Amino acid sequence: MSADTVSVSGWGRTAPTNARLIRPRTYEEAVTAVRGCGTRGSIPRGLGRAYGDAAQNAGGTVLDMTGLDRVHAIDADNGIVLCDAGVSLHRLIEVLLPLGWFVPVTPGTRQVTVGGAIGADIHGKNHHVSGSFSRHVLSLELLTADGEIHTVGRDTPLFDATTGGMGLTGVILTATLQLQPVETSLMTVDTERARDLDDLMARLTATDDHYRYSVAWIDLLARGTATGRAVLTRGDHTPLEALREGTRARRDPFAFHPSRLPAPPSFLPERLLNRRGVALFNELWYRKAPRARTGELQRLAAFFHPLDGVPHWNRIYGRGGFVQYQFVVGHGQEETLRRIVRRVSEHRCPSFLAVLKRFGDADPGWLSFPVPGWTLALDIPAALPGLGAFLDALDEDVATAGGRVYLAKDSRLRPELLAAMYPRLEEFRALRAEVDPRGVFVSDLARRLSL
Amino acid sequence: MKDAFGIPQSLLVLGGTSEIALATARRLIARRTRTVWLAGRPSPALEQSAADLRALGADVRTVAFDALDPESHETVLGKVFAEGDIDMVLLAFGILGDQARDEREPLNAVRVAQTNYTGAVSAALVGAGALQSQGHGSLVVLSSVAGERARRANFIYGSSKAGLDTFTQGLGDALHGTGVHVMVVRPGFVRSKMTTDLEEAPLATTPEAVATAIELGLRRRSETVWVPGRLRLVMSALRHVPRSVFRRLPV
Ligand SMILES: Cc1cc2nc3c(=O)[nH]c(=O)nc-3n(C[C@H](O)[C@H](O)[C@H](O)COP(=O)(O)OP(=O)(O)OC[C@H]3O[C@@H](n4cnc5c(N)ncnc54)[C@H](O)[C@@H]3O)c2cc1C
Ligand SMILES: NC(=O)c1ccc[n+]([C@@H]2O[C@H](COP(=O)([O-])OP(=O)(O)OC[C@H]3O[C@@H](n4cnc5c(N)ncnc54)[C@H](OP(=O)(O)O)[C@@H]3O)[C@@H](O)[C@H]2O)c1
Repeated sequence: MSADTVSVSGWGRTAPTNARLIRPRTYEEAVTAVRGCGTRGSIPRGLGRAYGDAAQNAGGTVLDMTGLDRVHAIDADNGIVLCDAGVSLHRLIEVLLPLGWFVPVTPGTRQVTVGGAIGADIHGKNHHVSGSFSRHVLSLELLTADGEIHTVGRDTPLFDATTGGMGLTGVILTATLQLQPVETSLMTVDTERARDLDDLMARLTATDDHYRYSVAWIDLLARGTATGRAVLTRGDHTPLEALREGTRARRDPFAFHPSRLPAPPSFLPERLLNRRGVALFNELWYRKAPRARTGELQRLAAFFHPLDGVPHWNRIYGRGGFVQYQFVVGHGQEETLRRIVRRVSEHRCPSFLAVLKRFGDADPGWLSFPVPGWTLALDIPAALPGLGAFLDALDEDVATAGGRVYLAKDSRLRPELLAAMYPRLEEFRALRAEVDPRGVFVSDLARRLSL
Repeated sequence: MKDAFGIPQSLLVLGGTSEIALATARRLIARRTRTVWLAGRPSPALEQSAADLRALGADVRTVAFDALDPESHETVLGKVFAEGDIDMVLLAFGILGDQARDEREPLNAVRVAQTNYTGAVSAALVGAGALQSQGHGSLVVLSSVAGERARRANFIYGSSKAGLDTFTQGLGDALHGTGVHVMVVRPGFVRSKMTTDLEEAPLATTPEAVATAIELGLRRRSETVWVPGRLRLVMSALRHVPRSVFRRLPV
């Protein structure tokens, strides 16, 4: 077990703070670290893909869980895996695909851990069908503040507080997951363009249910009648029978060799991403997309994780870092969504493609983000003047509409709005007070928002 | 905790009636700051300053603090930090003195030096230590252009600020990599109660402008901030003017 005092930040690289980083290699070491953490407590960390300060703990301990990364058992008949929380989804996919199984939910990057996926109760392009990650967690083992390890089953308060609980109920050590059967590592994808936001919402509402995976990339720099124009990509895993006999794909249906480009250099000038460049990029990308194309075969990585091809792409935002703003508003709140899209586009945020998705049913996690409705996520350089006040105004709109922002992406929410956005916050606080009376688990996020 | 834009939620002001500090506090309260400690010599003015900030919606407390009593700094500031994290310490106390009188009465000159320099050294070290154990926070120190180059008209004050400035730069380097951000702010002539009796200098500015520059500096995690920004260039030119000439300049 190694311990170093280092600067820790989230993927957006804003607000770094210092902490003692401990990397347990055994469960016993994790227990020792939790028992021995000082007055400033500790927080588990996975691969640090949360954008804000969720996996930071200034002046305290950060438990880097990636040292506990074993896949313990796979039930290949029923598609169940028992693994350490520090295993990445990348690794799980590598191991499971050849057996005909896929992770039940994947975010826009494979570089997240199972612990981080549960801690943030992440969602993927299949949320409207499959719900969030926690729906597929059969049970987990949790190291709590008293230094004991508990098996936590579904439909218990501790389970529902832990899924989406941002690491604040304890350290997840292992999880048992139900997997998704697949016959190949390819995706059959339909692509279509939507000329504006209303066109997009109409298409998603009408036909999303025909697809297991669905997402729309919106150009938020488009203005006027093109406001909210988007490219929709939707699809499902390709069945084996769809691959022609005798082709290489048919002989090796589970091939998985994601390519990686070199990372951008660690120091880049601040204003590399100016508005004109981003607008041009968005324009080209919209033009390049086919008006409509069906049945295209894509590799898994290209469909789910296009950004993983460029390691450390977050560096292109320069030293100032960036903010990701993601919110959801319920069905019936389309007017709020329209208004926000219009405001972002009028504000001329140099935002690369934003992502819009229609969520399905919510899962029971108390601080779990997804609720049925519309979610929009966009990246904005933190150095953009006036950004803080601009996003505050959007928050008000979101909260008034009964919506919420995503804690795994947050680095700036006004704390007063949290209770309105997460009605079960009080229960969460009460449970924490009960299982962790001394406040052993704490993060910068928890301090900032008084979780 | 500070947010993605470096805006603190809690602020400790050393020199709680300073006009520059209060303008800064008002600006930060309009963004995210909710808890403010005003440390200063007890006075109706200190309480009034607290009341004014409270009216803006912040939770404000005052605490007795005297720069000239460094023995007490550890205890006084320790109590503040014991109540919860401080995201930003703004070291704003200082006195201008009266150059002519201070030249005649060395003990008065020493008071300027002790307030602006030794008092600040003590308070900054105590504050920095507390921030370091938190693993985060900004220490913002109000230096002055007067410390850049000795001027006939105010070299007693200027020398104290020169000492403070050099000290703060070094402290910033010492704290590099500890999660604590140290920022030196060098205003030119600011219209405040400190300068009401003086003739206005070129490029004169306002407490509000200093506050704006501080907010920007926090976002960028700057190490040095000049107010107005143009002073950076002006001073780098003036630095190279020979003394025989500088002496005679009307600055
Ligand atoms: C390019 C990109 C695309 C993304 N796309 C999506 C998306 O489509 N959908 C989505 O939902 N999210 C998405 N995210 C966010 C990401 O999925 C979540 O932030 C996820 O939590 C990151 O996992 P991590 O292992 O990196 O955890 P970290 O970022 O290290 O930690 C995240 C949270 O999980 C907690 N945690 C980590 N490990 C444990 C553990 N062992 N026990 C208990 N708590 C733990 C931490 O305390 C922290 O609160 C994306 C992020 C990036 C960078
Ligand atoms: N105004 C300018 O032109 C200018 C330019 C450059 C730099 N600065 C610097 O900026 C800082 C703030 O200046 P300002 O313009 O806001 O002036 P100000 O309003 O006069 O504030 C000065 C503050 O220092 C406090 N102070 C003085 N002696 C003290 C002591 N022994 N213990 C505790 N507090 C003490 C004062 O408190 P009391 O109420 O108890 O007196 C007051 O709060 C000062 O450091 C100043 O040197 C000012």
